Amino acid sequence: MNAIPPAPQRPVSTYLHKRPTTRLVALLALPMTWLVGVYIISLALLLVTAFWFIDPFTSKVIPGFTLENFVNIVTVPAYLSTSLRTLGIAVAVTVVCIAFAVPLGIYMAKIASPWVRSTLAVAITLPLWAGYLVKLLAMRLTFTEEGLFNWLMAPFGISGPGFGIPVTILTLAYLWFPYMALPVFTAIRQLPHNLFDASADLGAKGWPTVSRMVLPLITPAIIAGSVFTFSLSLGDYLAARFVGGSTQMIGSIIASNINLNPPVAAAFSIVPIAFVVMYLMIARRTGSLERM
Amino acid sequence: MKRSKLALPVLLAASALALAGCATPPASGGLTITVPDVPMKTELGAFEGELNIVNWSGFVDPKWVDPFTAETGCVVNSRVAGTSDEMVTLMRTGEYDIVSASGDAALRLIVGGDVAPLNMELIPNFSDEIAEGMKGQIYDVVNGKPYGVPIGRGANLLQYNEDVTGGAPESWDVVWEADSAYAGKITAYDAPIYIADAAVYLMYHNPELGITNPYALDEAQLAAAVELLQQQNSIIGEYWSDPVAQITSFVGGNTVVGTSWEILKKFAASENLKTTLPIEGSTGWYDTWLVSSSSPNSNCAYAWIDYTSQASVNGAIAMNFGMAPANIAFCATSAETQAHCDEFAAEDEPFWDKIWPWTTPIEECVDGRTDVQCTSFQDWTNAWVTVKG
Repeated sequence: MNAIPPAPQRPVSTYLHKRPTTRLVALLALPMTWLVGVYIISLALLLVTAFWFIDPFTSKVIPGFTLENFVNIVTVPAYLSTSLRTLGIAVAVTVVCIAFAVPLGIYMAKIASPWVRSTLAVAITLPLWAGYLVKLLAMRLTFTEEGLFNWLMAPFGISGPGFGIPVTILTLAYLWFPYMALPVFTAIRQLPHNLFDASADLGAKGWPTVSRMVLPLITPAIIAGSVFTFSLSLGDYLAARFVGGSTQMIGSIIASNINLNPPVAAAFSIVPIAFVVMYLMIARRTGSLERM
Repeated sequence: MKRSKLALPVLLAASALALAGCATPPASGGLTITVPDVPMKTELGAFEGELNIVNWSGFVDPKWVDPFTAETGCVVNSRVAGTSDEMVTLMRTGEYDIVSASGDAALRLIVGGDVAPLNMELIPNFSDEIAEGMKGQIYDVVNGKPYGVPIGRGANLLQYNEDVTGGAPESWDVVWEADSAYAGKITAYDAPIYIADAAVYLMYHNPELGITNPYALDEAQLAAAVELLQQQNSIIGEYWSDPVAQITSFVGGNTVVGTSWEILKKFAASENLKTTLPIEGSTGWYDTWLVSSSSPNSNCAYAWIDYTSQASVNGAIAMNFGMAPANIAFCATSAETQAHCDEFAAEDEPFWDKIWPWTTPIEECVDGRTDVQCTSFQDWTNAWVTVKG
């Protein structure tokens, strides 16, 4: 019988094993430094500015306390309409992404051959490798008056909508689509095949199967994707600038005030945060966050 | 400044001052603006070896920076700004010595005490060769004290696609009136200072509003301008602040008429795009060098201003950016420079008489009115957001 080999020397593990508190601190030190030091502090510094004044004479920021910047958001009609317009655009982008992602996901996960499936997966993720501005300008070129869209559609007597809210929605949907398509595809892939068989055995055709079996089961994935599409759309301003025509979004107001009136810009940055929090609370009520 | 148009209010203001027995020295045009007392540099000292510039793209180039550094030992660090507002914000950090500000930023910096008055005796190259229309303007000469040295200027012209319009529009009404034939294909400059363009249009068509200077709007006049801008908003195709976007918009056919610069038309390189100055006149940007009041490198700053004021360097900057040079002695130096000056109307003072140089609106009316308070740039900024709704 051989002798028991000596235990390997692991001084760090041995030390940490006896001290759970040190272990916890060591584990969390780096992420907490990041979260508090970089993420929360800088956000708080920005939000504090929302309560400050601006000197009307020199446009310099003066520390103090006023709620006027927030009151303005709800009382100035232009501010209110911009907030609501941005909310509408973000909702529309999310709906468009869902409408495209679900059928595509079902096809990729359950119908397509492995080769087609991987080709589609690459096609969805590939645009993520291109720069954000490059994609915006590509959309701009596509939808200019003498651009690709009008050229392709001319034989059918269709002309593009021109720069405005519809093209903004389309562009944002294009930009954020992978964030919706990937979780939805993964969720549908995990659905067992025999659920589809059972659905067919019970006499359900395509649409009842999708609406009563697939959709309820992939709701957590849709919510996860929509958090991205919704919140990213709320904060965007370059799409409105490049393909929005005269469309103004919350981001446009923040961008144009960041130099001229930082308190108003800071107050406005609260609006998307409020919308996202409201959205997450609604999502929580439906219970889908627990299953994420 | 439109001396002719200002004559009456100036006289009124001057007599009001005289009646009040006011001891303040008469300002340029008899207008007095409250500014912080910032000391002026009295003599030049040793070069500090460093100069930090905030400038428009194309104003600082190795072609003329390298000889300057070789001569003075001042190493130039350039920071390119995209908008006037960014320039103001950067200058207020105190990290920069000098800025190539347009008039809409210059007066803000002067009134805010961010820049110092200049001792022109220390800038011998600033000479009589400076174009008449760029001397003693309200945006950089305040209370008789010069704060800026002119670099160059450009007008905000009406650019049109001749294939569509069939000829030059005579009036700006094609971009303002709701029944414009080009509704949906109109572009406008995306900044609060564009309110002045509405005011210029109203000055001509609605004289009952009593606007005498597009940068001196009382509350009622600003409201009228905003109303006009809101009317325009419904027929606007695109607002532009990025020159490249404006060029692609005209070339791509999305825009048929709208605000432009001579240089943008040149870059668009499209035969059917033309510019014109409509009967109402227009606004323009006049760029000047301003020196920070907290600059630790003021000797290098003065050396830079003096160096860039000579005809050859000033002209090189103007040609590189695409604007009319301030020092018109540059024009006669060669056939090429003369062609540039002609293209950008550098010596055509009657042309510039119809242009209102960008000036920051401040509470003290720059048209000389003292019985009302004018709207400040902050008011314009807030109004601009409501225009775009």
